[in-house]
Amino acid sequence: MLDISTFDFMKYVLLGALLASVACGIVGTLIVVNRLVFLAGGIAHAAYGGVGISIYFNLPLLPSVLVFSIICSQILGHTTSRSRYKSDAMVGIIWAVGMSIGALLVNLSPGYHADVMGYLFGSILTIVPKDIIVIGLLDLLLLWWTILFYGEILAVSYDPEFAIVSGIKARLFYQLILLFSAITVVVLMRFVGLILVIALLSIPSYIAEDITASLKKMFAVCALLTLTFLIAGLAISVYLDLQPGPTIIISATVMFILVKIANRIVAKNKSNF
Amino acid sequence: MENIVLELNNVSFSYNGLKVLENVSFKVPEKDFLALLGPNGGGKTTLLKLCIGLLKPSHGEIKLFGSDPPYVKHLVGYVPQEANPNPSFPITVLDVVLMGRLNRKKGKIFKKFNKDDIEACSNIMQKLGIWGLKNRRIRDLSGGQRQRVMIARALVSDPKIIFMDEPTASVDRTFQTELYELLRELNQKMTVVVVSHDLSVLSSYVKSVACVNKFVYYHSAAEITKEMIDAIYHCPVELVAHGIPHRVLQEH
Repeated sequence: MLDISTFDFMKYVLLGALLASVACGIVGTLIVVNRLVFLAGGIAHAAYGGVGISIYFNLPLLPSVLVFSIICSQILGHTTSRSRYKSDAMVGIIWAVGMSIGALLVNLSPGYHADVMGYLFGSILTIVPKDIIVIGLLDLLLLWWTILFYGEILAVSYDPEFAIVSGIKARLFYQLILLFSAITVVVLMRFVGLILVIALLSIPSYIAEDITASLKKMFAVCALLTLTFLIAGLAISVYLDLQPGPTIIISATVMFILVKIANRIVAKNKSNF
Repeated sequence: MENIVLELNNVSFSYNGLKVLENVSFKVPEKDFLALLGPNGGGKTTLLKLCIGLLKPSHGEIKLFGSDPPYVKHLVGYVPQEANPNPSFPITVLDVVLMGRLNRKKGKIFKKFNKDDIEACSNIMQKLGIWGLKNRRIRDLSGGQRQRVMIARALVSDPKIIFMDEPTASVDRTFQTELYELLRELNQKMTVVVVSHDLSVLSSYVKSVACVNKFVYYHSAAEITKEMIDAIYHCPVELVAHGIPHRVLQEH
């Protein structure tokens, strides 16, 4: 299904993958160490409401989805920040309501919308230079934020209560992490789709968390792993003529399982001596 | 006239409509060594969190060094009950202790740690016997070692008052004694507030006791005699089981 006859197109995809993995490395890490995977998954699914709004009201896609998912993320942040670990019911509601809004609006819109599957499972063919610029801007924003506020981000993620006692506005950082999650989810939509994106944000981080000793290193390792998974998944999808989004996720999962097995074996050998 | 560092006036706190603390009033003088005693669920941790500004009282007011607790965070050291807030987090021991220096960087956007910060960590970590672990990952430490890390983190900012929530919950007897010796030494310079439900080890160190069970009864140094503490020491079972330690003190 992929026709890679044009060199330019491949260039976009690879550049996009490279830039996306930077955002993924930072946001995926923050989601996993803050135990926000379920919450971020909820935001990603709810973002489909933005797709519906864009189609129904005939608005530009990227801004509509972006605004809608940011609103969802801030509602979630506001309602869950008091008891971070008891937030699952609220996440479940936003998750389903967002998708319902999307489904209803798409259904109510005249005409046939074949591209809907692309938003849900990825449509890398539709990447345009504008997307690349948006990802690049997001990277710059994230790098600026993490470098400037590394101490705060570390403290808030490791021990929010102590961070508050130290005079850090933990709640603001919590809202910001969710805001950046929302933006990253939308940006990654082209690659793997809204339904699959949470796997791309969590698999590399789970591997990286195990093998790094600092948050900084985890950002870097996570970004490298994401890039590897994106490129390997894309290559496999081209080679076997498969849909790219799911192929990226399945191949990342296979590698995740292999790494876990390898870790087990190494740990076992260590304990034998 | 001694300086009052912590003052509570008619403080009440409700959680989900349930009164956890009611009409709490007491004053803690400078360089006091106060033990908060009481049964589980009696409100000890809540009282502590109110004092450091993590929670806001539903009624009444709390003055820490004469201000609202959130404004004097740089003067406060805090050791939470949970010695392992985020077990698999990729962070080294030194980075956790450095976190304790954050409250001295107020107003600075770029919170870089310098030589002084590292040196402060080195001093306190050597005292607690964990300097050798500085590059280890926090998840690879034992419960007792982690507890020391949390204590180091609280002390590294050189606070004027330190609050500890059951600091000996996961450490062995030897370290308990070491810790209280260290606290006694620190107590020369700073006020110490320790939550505990077991006074047996604490008894020879504390200067005053507050019994916390929804209501709070504060017994100042002047009120407590050696005999009373001995009496508490000799009936730790009653203390833990019934949570009415003030039974051995005078009637309230």
